[in-house]
Amino acid sequence: MMTDILLEMKDITKTFPGVKALNGVNLKVKKGEIHALVGENGAGKSTLMKVLSGVYPHGSYTGDILYKGKVCEFKDIKQSEGLGIVIIHQELALIPYLSIAENIFLGNEQAKSGIINWNDTIMKTKTLLNKVGLLEAPNTLITNIGVGKQQLVEIAKALAKEVELLILDEPTAALNEDDSENLLQLLLEFKRQGISSILISHKLNEISKVADALTVIRDGQTIETLDMKKDQVTEDRIIKGMVGRDLTNRYPKREPNIGEIFIEVKNWNVYHPLHSERKVIDDVNIHIRKGEIVGIAGLMGAGRTELAMSIFGQSYGKKISGKLVKDGKEISLTDINKAIDNGVAYVTEDRKHYGLILMDDIKRNITLASLNKISRNMVVDENQEVIEAESFRKKLKIKTPSILQKTGNLSGGNQQKVVLSKWIFSEPDLLMLDEPTRGIDVGAKYEIYSIINQLASEGKGILFISSELPEILGMCDRIYVMNEGRITGEVNGKEATQEKLMKFMTRTGGSQHG
Amino acid sequence: MADLSKMFRANIRQYGMLVALILIMLLFQVLTDGILLKPLNVTNLILQNSYILVLAIGMVLVIITGHIDLSVGSVAAFVGAISAILMVDMQMSPWIAVPISLAVGALIGAWQGFWIAYVKIPSFIVTLAGMLLFRGATMIVLEGQSISPFPSGFQKISTGFLPDFLGGATMHNATLALGVVLSVILIFSELRNRRIQKKYEFEVMPIGFLIAKLAAMIAVLNAFTYILANYEGIPNILIILFVLVIVYTFVMKKTVMGRHIYALGGNEKAAGLSGVKTKRVTFWVFVNMGVLAALSGLIYAARLGAATPKAGNLFELDAIAACFIGGASAYGGVGTVIGAIIGGLVMGVMNNGMSLVGLGIDWQQGIKGLVLLLAVGFDIYNKNKSS
Repeated sequence: MMTDILLEMKDITKTFPGVKALNGVNLKVKKGEIHALVGENGAGKSTLMKVLSGVYPHGSYTGDILYKGKVCEFKDIKQSEGLGIVIIHQELALIPYLSIAENIFLGNEQAKSGIINWNDTIMKTKTLLNKVGLLEAPNTLITNIGVGKQQLVEIAKALAKEVELLILDEPTAALNEDDSENLLQLLLEFKRQGISSILISHKLNEISKVADALTVIRDGQTIETLDMKKDQVTEDRIIKGMVGRDLTNRYPKREPNIGEIFIEVKNWNVYHPLHSERKVIDDVNIHIRKGEIVGIAGLMGAGRTELAMSIFGQSYGKKISGKLVKDGKEISLTDINKAIDNGVAYVTEDRKHYGLILMDDIKRNITLASLNKISRNMVVDENQEVIEAESFRKKLKIKTPSILQKTGNLSGGNQQKVVLSKWIFSEPDLLMLDEPTRGIDVGAKYEIYSIINQLASEGKGILFISSELPEILGMCDRIYVMNEGRITGEVNGKEATQEKLMKFMTRTGGSQHG
Repeated sequence: MADLSKMFRANIRQYGMLVALILIMLLFQVLTDGILLKPLNVTNLILQNSYILVLAIGMVLVIITGHIDLSVGSVAAFVGAISAILMVDMQMSPWIAVPISLAVGALIGAWQGFWIAYVKIPSFIVTLAGMLLFRGATMIVLEGQSISPFPSGFQKISTGFLPDFLGGATMHNATLALGVVLSVILIFSELRNRRIQKKYEFEVMPIGFLIAKLAAMIAVLNAFTYILANYEGIPNILIILFVLVIVYTFVMKKTVMGRHIYALGGNEKAAGLSGVKTKRVTFWVFVNMGVLAALSGLIYAARLGAATPKAGNLFELDAIAACFIGGASAYGGVGTVIGAIIGGLVMGVMNNGMSLVGLGIDWQQGIKGLVLLLAVGFDIYNKNKSS
């Protein structure tokens, strides 16, 4: 029986500054099986796979990796690939302006003393493409083939490295149904040839279809491993494993004081900025009341960020259509200044790249969106600026020696408080928050929740986007669920459960307003 | 003392280059047996470097936004040529020709700004094209010949001096008087600032520090005017430079426009999502660069008394080097007008000093290259250490 086990990860613990990403995780993969790995966003799946593949080298984590019964201490990806462990990331790592053949053998060139044997390369590429069922000439540029075919090239690339354990991170996230089906069939074919796979996926129907075993990870811990054949595994059963945790006092108490509807988004459609035939937001209708915290739940790529940004001065998307009504009047927010002037603010998901000017100090970041409030005849009153920034430092408890500190030197929680200050200073009526607590430790999260509650009690409408379901449940009065650019459900905050939300989140094709 | 060293460390880049400039000046003062700071030489230093400093002011704005402008030398030459045609061939008055020339610079800036800001072609490519385009255009309009002489009134921009309305016999009294007037303005503005900051209950510098700082500044200022007064007084071009530095420092430090330029360079996406009109700001920064390049071209033409097809050759590289030596970041978001001026002076003093000690142009080039590399290397080393 022992020889049955191909890979065993024992008691893996990995800490990042301030966060325990993995806490004693165990994973056993048998030879020739498809092993599904499921969990919420941020549960630790990708971190675990990065430990396995050597992206996080030996020594940066604790615990043991046993592969074919031997302890492995990978220093980098090259070493794990040498043993036949190959990972295909969610974002494809192909070079767009190189050919299929060049991509497949990138870093693994068919060469003698540095000179590439192109005949060999093309021949081998043809064999590999046959294996994955891709009918394209080896010289075709990657940029000229679709995402589905690119995924197959990635797999061919893995095969070229004589893969024995193939790890796929959300391989079907960007694929249409035919391509997904094709890919799953390929995994089953590999299984017959003795190649094992670890499949990370949110799509539970796919997992039910192909997986032999399933491990659930939650909050960086292994919850359970199920045998798909022996155990009675239903989708509900998996969801329960993924989300089943108690809500304790992690959310500050609040007495909702909800007024009338003041923001309505009607028949909102948005197309992708580059691929203008692709609809990203599909006929969305939502409304927000004064003093209400409205959540938007959904998986990655469901279109939540795109919805918020398209409302915020059309900062995302093309061919935006639909109506935006505020206080009974239709408004048109064609650029960000109009959005700010109309009392709409948006706190970005990625504060380092989209929220802050990291090389600038706290006060300049806070005042950037509302310089007109502290300037006369276009001249900034720097003394007034200091006073305003100082008051935000006190009000939001930004922990810093001085408001002259560069925001790049602050912790995640304090950075987020600076971004919040910036938008509170713009005095919005509608504040859209995109993953406001991502990458922030528990204590700072509580403070940020309190700030959000305070803003709601002042009568502002809050649109709260989050991938963490407990947070959505703990904070929101009403929750919309999105999937594939559509609203697939609307749930009252009191009646919502994680299972309910998860069902709407994974619903494809979905009905409107469940 | 701890405060002082903290203050110094926080601003090491700015003070660092100022200290380096002073050291370089002292070095050449010794090496040249005191010729460097002779009144005649100081005056020459200003005249020789004025057109680069004007370019550096515009260039530092461009670099702060995260761009580069390689065309300024060619644009300066082109505008010089246009002005020669207006003033020499067409006998137009400088009072009309100069504004027209500056407008031509603005148009060129708008042309380049359009491609960079709205079509999103990298500034390196647009201005490389501009560098070739306007050099070619210069040769075409000049038909390969120099045009001279400019009217003497126009040449006064670069060769004239502030008239001594106080009629000094041995010294230029007006220059000395100006030094005193500026000292008084300096004292009053510092005291006024201090009063306002106290009103807001901010921490202020201990009065001892303030007195020491003011004393040092006033000493340097008056020593400078004293040296100039020993020759012909204040060159006209120094007044132009002084006004430009004051205006641009004010715009970059105190105005909404300045904030937007820094924010754009620091993080274009975040700035855009905070309501900064990133395209428009980029566009105007290039228009401004065009105007200053035109001004630089006029100053150069006035100094030479002629427009030549070769004018402005490699000016762009000197201006860019000045900005980087003065602490601007190649990644954008960081830099000051004063820093660019100091950087320009470092280059200028080294040119002048090395010429005085008789180093050949070959050695000068090489040493300037090393200084640029070391200055930026020092900058990056400091940044890595502090983070």
